[in-house]
Amino acid sequence: MTKNIMIVGVGGQGTLLASKVLGQLFVDHGFDVKVSEVHGMSQRGGSVVTYVRYGDKVYSPLIEKGEADFIVSFELLESARWVEYLNPKTGVLITNMMEIMPMPVITGAAEYPSDILNKLDVKVDSIDAGNERITNIMMLGRLSRYFDYPDKDWIDAIKACVKPEFVDMNIAAFEQGR
Amino acid sequence: MPKLMLGNKAVARGLYEAGCGFVSSYPGTPSTEITEEATKFDEIYTEWASNEKVAMEAAFGASLAGKRSFCGMKHVGLNVAADPLFTLSYTGINAGMVICVADDPGMHSSQNEQDSRYYAMATSIPMLEPSDSQEALDYTKAAYELSEKYDTPVLVKMCTRVSHTQTMVETGDRVEHKCDFQMDAQKYVMVPAMAKRRHPFVVERREKLSNIADFNKVESGSDNSRGFICDLTSYQYVKEVFGDKHPVLKIGMVYPLAQEQIIDFSKTVDELIVVEELAPFIETKVKAFGIDCIGKGKLPEIDELSQRTVAISLGVDVAKGKAFSEDVPPRPPSLCSGCPHRGLFYVLKKLKTYVFGDIGCYTLGMQAPLGSLHTALCMGASVSGLHGFAKCSDENAVAVIGDSTFIHSGMTGLTDISYNKSNATVIILDNSITGMTGHQNNPANGLNIKGEPAGKVDLEAFVKSIGINRVRVVDPYNLAETEAAIKSEIAVDEPSVIISRRPCVLLKNVKTPGPISVNADKCIGCKSCMRIGCPSITMDDGKAKIDQALCVGCGLCKQMCKVGAFDD
Repeated sequence: MTKNIMIVGVGGQGTLLASKVLGQLFVDHGFDVKVSEVHGMSQRGGSVVTYVRYGDKVYSPLIEKGEADFIVSFELLESARWVEYLNPKTGVLITNMMEIMPMPVITGAAEYPSDILNKLDVKVDSIDAGNERITNIMMLGRLSRYFDYPDKDWIDAIKACVKPEFVDMNIAAFEQGR
Repeated sequence: MPKLMLGNKAVARGLYEAGCGFVSSYPGTPSTEITEEATKFDEIYTEWASNEKVAMEAAFGASLAGKRSFCGMKHVGLNVAADPLFTLSYTGINAGMVICVADDPGMHSSQNEQDSRYYAMATSIPMLEPSDSQEALDYTKAAYELSEKYDTPVLVKMCTRVSHTQTMVETGDRVEHKCDFQMDAQKYVMVPAMAKRRHPFVVERREKLSNIADFNKVESGSDNSRGFICDLTSYQYVKEVFGDKHPVLKIGMVYPLAQEQIIDFSKTVDELIVVEELAPFIETKVKAFGIDCIGKGKLPEIDELSQRTVAISLGVDVAKGKAFSEDVPPRPPSLCSGCPHRGLFYVLKKLKTYVFGDIGCYTLGMQAPLGSLHTALCMGASVSGLHGFAKCSDENAVAVIGDSTFIHSGMTGLTDISYNKSNATVIILDNSITGMTGHQNNPANGLNIKGEPAGKVDLEAFVKSIGINRVRVVDPYNLAETEAAIKSEIAVDEPSVIISRRPCVLLKNVKTPGPISVNADKCIGCKSCMRIGCPSITMDDGKAKIDQALCVGCGLCKQMCKVGAFDD
């Protein structure tokens, strides 16, 4: 059975690194894995989504509406945007409480919905992970609560994906989120 | 031990293992990472070319010299390189030559979603289509064998979801390739008399290639009431929806199609369904083979496919989620905080001039509140489009074009402006990098693909050398200076060029003053600063507020403020 994890956020928040670490973790556990990346125009402060899928044999690189076992969202409005992709029965939406205004809200063309957290009609796990360079790994720390893997496995995956000089900082962020 | 590898990096790995010695490309999403990754192998010479046509011609030259060669590009880049492509089919090659083209169905980062498979058909050049990273590696290697065996360049076609997905890959070792250089005027001088002798060769070659089934795969199923023919990512979606239920003919070589294999496969199933992204390329061929099949009409011709669209099109139930109960405002990409293009677009908006736009980060100048871009067609079209417009209209208009795009194909348009004397003002947005594709060096910043000093195009000297006398440089962080320059150049009755020069704020070596803040006692909440569309500025309780994590201190908001509410 293929498992589906979506990582969503705003371009520049480090969703790509988070999905790479996850991909590595599942490879280390012997799964077939597919990890999508986002490049080009949408990186420039736009809404970004990456997909991590793992199982015995993974075909499609995409996750569709109602299929995600987990959505890890780095920003509240993005949680609202992507929540429809969560499996409504068994899925968990892990959301950062950070709010980042999109340009249509800045210009006054649209309003940022109020009280998003309480309007998400699914199982939600919220965390204050801010909007910093380590937010992405903090979010993974929270996701790790839902897996039986020991800390060491996660930390090994982080080590495999970040530059040596940033390893300690990211391990600390992971532990903060866990 | 298999490892995760991005599709594009797998192509680069395939180049390495195949003994490729020369790579020349122009960056373009979703193809860019192939060449960036190839640069990490010391055994391969790599470079950024000025454009895709140059890259392909350089790869041809390298092939004659005896090196297995490569050029990679996005789908619209192949349009630029179409001229050499068509005749390369006639000349053939010496050492193997592989051309990778990455399509962008769904237009994640492109101006159209053209289907590049038609180039294979139009040129009679074979085309392979990998469905994941392992195949990207394997097919790239195999493409060289095919290229040399059949004396042809070979197209490897990727798409966003193969290029930008990491899947499991097993790698091999590099095998050096030996090939003598070759000069043969009868083969390589395509004047009519010689080209007439080469065209029959092209047709014969196509016939020889037309029953190669090595790249295709027949997978049996338990239920033969239906069978699928699919390629590229469509294969993944069909398998995701139907698993091993129905037989599948997975096409790895999409041109020429293996006619006998397709006919044989069609006989094993009751209903044949062709699933492919975009145009009915395979479907049309299958029907031409005299086989009845279902395809477009049932499945969409627009946008990329997914397991969901395949399932819905074929009457299979799909999962449902719970949508958010209110409207969710869109979050389109926007110019970064501190982007040097922002000041320029603000001034253009203020001057109410029409703006012929081009391809790059600055295409985002179209978005509110800047909203000062009125065309975006293809690389270089801002300059030549403005020329035609200026010849036929007295409306104020300018062209904006980035440094890399200008070198790619703005130089020829500007020469036309000078030669044919249109009263046009072209603004070159020189941010010293190819930005949108993720920071590639280019001839205008004088650094090569490895970041080493290289030949540098002097933009001012170039403009003067083609006969344009009015050239000036402005700093787009200075709104008053930028406005004065544009006003005066639009007013003059001769061609002119303004170079709006400031490096991309995301470059590592760019020093910024650091965030500025709002003095809430002074701010009167007039929202003047909001008119520049900076993602760092929001209104909080009737006062402007600056995101200290995002702001780099470009100072545009300070220049907009009439009451001096911004502090350094």
